Amino acid sequence: MNIVLIFLITIFSVSLFFYGKSKTKTISIKDNIKLNALPKFYGYYLVLWCSIPALVFLLVWSLFEPVIIKSIIIETAANQGAIFSDKNEANLIYEKIKAIHLGTYFGDIDSILRESALAYAKFINLFTNSKVVLIFGIIIASVIYSLKKIKNNNKARDDVEVILKGLLFVSSLIAILTTLGIIFSLLFESIKFFSVINIFDYLFGTNWSPQRAFVRDASSITAAEFEELKDAFGFIPLIAGTSFIAFIAMLVAVPIGLFSGIYMAEYASIKVRRISKPIIEILAGIPTVVYGFFAALTVGPFFRQVGENLGLTVSSESALAAGLIMGIMIIPYVSSLSDDVINSVPQSLRDGSYAVGATKSETIKQVVIPAALPGIIGSVLLAVSRAIGETMIVVMAAGLAANLTINPLESTTTITTQIVMILVGDQEFDSPKTQSAFALGLTLFIATLILNYIAQRAVKKYREKYD
Amino acid sequence: MTKEERLKKRHRAEKRFRFYGLTSIFVALLFVVILVQNIFSKGSSAFKKTVITTEVFFDQELLEIQNGASQEEIMEADFYDIMIENLIKAYPAKDREEEDELLKLFSGDAEIEIKKAFLNDNNLIGKTITLDLTASDDIDQLHKGNYPRDLPEERRRISDFQLVIYDYFVENKKISKNFNNYFFNNGDSRDPELAGIGGALVGSFYSILICLLLAFPVAVLASIYLEEFAPKNKITDFIEININNLAAVPSIVYGLLALQILLATIQLPISTPLVAGITLALMTLPRIIIPCRASLKAVPPSIREGALAVGASKFQSVFHHVVPLALPGTLSGTIIGLAQALGETAPLILIGMVAFVVDIPSSPVDPSSSLPVQVYLWSESAERGFVEKTSATIMMLLSFLIVMNFIAVYLRQKFEKRWN
Repeated sequence: MNIVLIFLITIFSVSLFFYGKSKTKTISIKDNIKLNALPKFYGYYLVLWCSIPALVFLLVWSLFEPVIIKSIIIETAANQGAIFSDKNEANLIYEKIKAIHLGTYFGDIDSILRESALAYAKFINLFTNSKVVLIFGIIIASVIYSLKKIKNNNKARDDVEVILKGLLFVSSLIAILTTLGIIFSLLFESIKFFSVINIFDYLFGTNWSPQRAFVRDASSITAAEFEELKDAFGFIPLIAGTSFIAFIAMLVAVPIGLFSGIYMAEYASIKVRRISKPIIEILAGIPTVVYGFFAALTVGPFFRQVGENLGLTVSSESALAAGLIMGIMIIPYVSSLSDDVINSVPQSLRDGSYAVGATKSETIKQVVIPAALPGIIGSVLLAVSRAIGETMIVVMAAGLAANLTINPLESTTTITTQIVMILVGDQEFDSPKTQSAFALGLTLFIATLILNYIAQRAVKKYREKYD
Repeated sequence: MTKEERLKKRHRAEKRFRFYGLTSIFVALLFVVILVQNIFSKGSSAFKKTVITTEVFFDQELLEIQNGASQEEIMEADFYDIMIENLIKAYPAKDREEEDELLKLFSGDAEIEIKKAFLNDNNLIGKTITLDLTASDDIDQLHKGNYPRDLPEERRRISDFQLVIYDYFVENKKISKNFNNYFFNNGDSRDPELAGIGGALVGSFYSILICLLLAFPVAVLASIYLEEFAPKNKITDFIEININNLAAVPSIVYGLLALQILLATIQLPISTPLVAGITLALMTLPRIIIPCRASLKAVPPSIREGALAVGASKFQSVFHHVVPLALPGTLSGTIIGLAQALGETAPLILIGMVAFVVDIPSSPVDPSSSLPVQVYLWSESAERGFVEKTSATIMMLLSFLIVMNFIAVYLRQKFEKRWN
């Protein structure tokens, strides 16, 4: 249906374009009027008026139609005596009604379902018909309006440009909408979560075991359950594990990345730089799932083997393996950014240092790096935020159980791993367990936001200093 | 310490420092080599499959169809008895138990393979043909040398008797390796020898296509607005800060966004390339806007002023002159953004693309997998045969990324104007 409508709108628009173009042409020749814009702009003007309001309406309608129909149908089913205790059962009944309507349901059909299916068919018909009528109404109204405007010989080009400019502005607003969407979707579930779990129990609890809270309805919670839930969602082990793995990653990435950056900026010939820089940047382009596979199947077992030979017990999901591989992934973030930052240190500083007899390495250590320090710190912070938000490597190579440990040979878990573990497979919406994933997401979002903000400020301040 | 000694020490420090730098670069390059070598050595064998050359006799008594049967009749006919009768003749087995072990050397699709041969030529009844039947995963891995046969029997998946049969096959040249068409054509399967990336390829293609269709126009329009039309005010600043922040938000957060808004609120179908494409588009948008703006900014003001001077409107100067000049950079930025989206896994896991999907999706609203998610799924499987399949999938994924990046670099170098 929607495709037919879009097709019709397109045909109307195209024919209106040619109509508007030829009509204004003939008018201007016949009445010898000097137009303010080329005839084709009158065509464009009609096209925009014909298509945009109708398409916007169609989009909004299509977004809300299924949701509204669903709530109406579930309500009618409930009025007819259908019994469902929670949202999942209601969804199931709705799916059944839909399947009956489509003729793909082969189970028993009782009177409630049959009545609801009839009601469903009625509503679908009603909605589709009113959609078609409304869309044609909108098209006719906007076309009449725009034809009238054209007759008055307005400045079609200016009007077209105003509309297009509005379109451009709306496109740039999508970024804001995305941010709002993220904030609202995270906040919405997090608030529900924190209405059950005290925020301080979450922030300072030392025990993370959300599986205890499985299949429990947040709205009807008993006192005994509440006591048990209270210490199931302690955030401390997760932030500890996340920071620990990120720390190991930085131990790998910062020295290697920084020294590579310094070498490429200060020592390397143009030829070496031209070859090695893209190759190192390959490391950032490899999908993280590939690193995860490598860490889980090659590095983890290898470390365990080495550990066995040395008489150590190494978990095959050790923090060390995940951290090491994550560090490798992050090398290019540190090296490329610090390379850029070092390159923008003014040559005069180096020349001054050479003039008083310092060697190249002394210049780098005592002049260039201190001068570039804010930028370097910024790049390291960006890398840290990358590391704590990284998901696939830790999902595949780090552990699932939340351990509070500082032994790199043991397994630990991270925020992102837990989000994935909670949300993969069948989810119970409205259970504190599912909501906790959104609370974790919110925490992660805020943490990376702060890190990025500080990092961007540091790099920006630094750039302004030498530009 | 004398002056000379001190100088020597300083020069040694200089050399050491240089050495550290060189070592770091070398270490980073070494990681690339190790990673790629590791994946290739594990994965290259997946492009071939082991087949057992078997003689198949189409016995009229075991089949309820006649020569010249129509396609539907063949599709409905039961080829199970034909399969069993012919497969147990592949090796002179003594009793029922040995026959069972022999049958286990063939893949679960042996019946379908025999049926396909009959579909190709429906006059085979009463005739004997030789077919290359796919071997089971255990034999496949053994034949490729990925499976150690010197383990004690109880720790092996293959019994001693099956090894005897295998050796008999090898001796009689009945076992060989063919091109693995299943790997490219099939969807996912629990049996490694039948599992393929066909479904994942199509799923990834649809997701990336939707991502491109949504993200590219919006990103270009948004960057044109911000670079060319936006007034310098608070709203513009806010949009800019927003875009920069969005580009750094962890991808898993987009997964949560999609779960809450696209799946729970708007109720789009779960596990589908449609949802994946929209999610990836939201994620890729800021990552495309940034290079797009850079390439618009690189067009010198003289171009705009020239157009304005001959009477073009602001819009005409931008759309007729600036945008075409910025197009190569815009396109290459888009391709790089899409390459990142192609390798993205975490948000897709959250929107349910980890579902086990056997069928190849025929439209963007069918449940499907995608290449990186397939890597994740198979890497969690215990069967040895999935290791090479996973690595081979990674090889496919990496080659797509390499091709995309090459196109991006080529576009930039070939078409981008240098303004000096």
